[in-house]
Amino acid sequence: MLKFTEDHEWLQVDGNIATVGITKHAVEQLGDLVFIDLPKIGSALSQGDSAATVESVKAASDVYCPLQGEIVEINTAIADDPSLVNTDPEAAGWFFRIKLADPQAAETLLDRTAYDKLVG
Amino acid sequence: MEPTGSLLKTPLTELNKRLGGKIVPFAGYEMPVQFPGGVLQEHLHTRQQAGLFDVSHMGQLRVRARSGSLDDAARALETLMPIDVLGLKQGRQRYGLLTQEKGGILDDLMFANLGDHFFVIVNAACKKSDVAHIRAEIGKICEIEEISDRALIALQGPVASRVLAALQPAVGAMMFMDVIEADLIGEKCIISRSGYTGEDGYEISVPSHRAEDLVEVLVSHPAVHSIGLGARDSLRLEAGLCLYGSDIDTTTTPVEAALEWAIQKVRRAEGARAGGFPGDAVILKQLQQGAERRRVGILAEGRAPVRGGTAIFASETSSEQVGRVSSGGFGPTLGKPVAMGYIASQYTEPGTGLYAEVRGTRMPVQVATMPFITPGYKRG
Repeated sequence: MLKFTEDHEWLQVDGNIATVGITKHAVEQLGDLVFIDLPKIGSALSQGDSAATVESVKAASDVYCPLQGEIVEINTAIADDPSLVNTDPEAAGWFFRIKLADPQAAETLLDRTAYDKLVG
Repeated sequence: MEPTGSLLKTPLTELNKRLGGKIVPFAGYEMPVQFPGGVLQEHLHTRQQAGLFDVSHMGQLRVRARSGSLDDAARALETLMPIDVLGLKQGRQRYGLLTQEKGGILDDLMFANLGDHFFVIVNAACKKSDVAHIRAEIGKICEIEEISDRALIALQGPVASRVLAALQPAVGAMMFMDVIEADLIGEKCIISRSGYTGEDGYEISVPSHRAEDLVEVLVSHPAVHSIGLGARDSLRLEAGLCLYGSDIDTTTTPVEAALEWAIQKVRRAEGARAGGFPGDAVILKQLQQGAERRRVGILAEGRAPVRGGTAIFASETSSEQVGRVSSGGFGPTLGKPVAMGYIASQYTEPGTGLYAEVRGTRMPVQVATMPFITPGYKRG
């Protein structure tokens, strides 16, 4: 199940694990990314907490945790090479995987159609 | 995004849009922050080949003595700046600073001796206040003409000279800070060999009605790409050049800003025309004794950019702040963060280890000499 937030994160939900990244639209707005600060594995985050920071050539922005849960994996490849997020934001440029406290809550987020309408 | 309805256009705004520029409001104008290449690519391209910048938002002025004597205009301008204006030869350009009574900086500018008048370029955000200030102070002696029918472009990078010399051979022999009036595409332009990137290159004042034609000719050269304000900022930062409003303003003196090089000996304490400019008591004293703080380069050891406003501390745990970053970001040429800022003088020795507090975490940084790159200025 692929879901989106109004803050321009995407999440691919698979059972109780969600893979989270930022959308193509977000990346286009940010421009070239030069630094990414990822959360620590094991961090317990609530919905809306700042989970990661991205720095583009212009400014720093937060990536928010889309749902409550615990960080179980991070994509260190994007910390080493932030441009991966620019070139492939919705696949190779994923940020982290989170074990969801309540997988059903994902139903409340936007689907692709609703998100595209939001940024359209 | 902010509405752009009430913003001014430059003679090149429409062309910037056609060339794919992402337009943002800047100093009251619709300006391109980047083109399709993106800031990183534009920055590196300018360092390797040539970049074309629309800087028509900046103010272009002519300062003429009512007496007709250029020396009278020079002496009048010397009452506003701690700069040797009288000694500037015809066909040469110089960096200047408008100071105020407490020694702060009202604006930084470039001025050129064009024979019978001075041609002056000031910052976009300051141009109204600069003109009002200059008129109020020396308006009886000088006529200050605001030029509104000319665009200003910059062609910067190691290939700039070859590209421009194909249009006008005379530019090839110019040295850094030379200025000539010469034809480009059949139009008389004011061309200086200077810029704001640390590279060799030119700034060209061209009549507005031919600005698009000139830019189209220049960008049709495969080595020349349009460059936005984003890369302009990272280029000048790597070159150690100040951005007015961030690195210098009315609360910083020229000495604190490490701009002593701009103040010639003749205007200093032992000089023939010492003082006689706003803030002279403060500035002359600081030239002899130093200031309590100084603008220095700052290099982070990690990869996180250290942005303007970041607090600097002497140690990882000290609660005593010793400085503040005035501007900073990612330096594409270095491939790592670069910054400059004001640090208490006892910590300004290059190599001094300090800490920047970024999002609550103290990160190790080092005081560094500027520029961060080797400038490509054509000095002969």
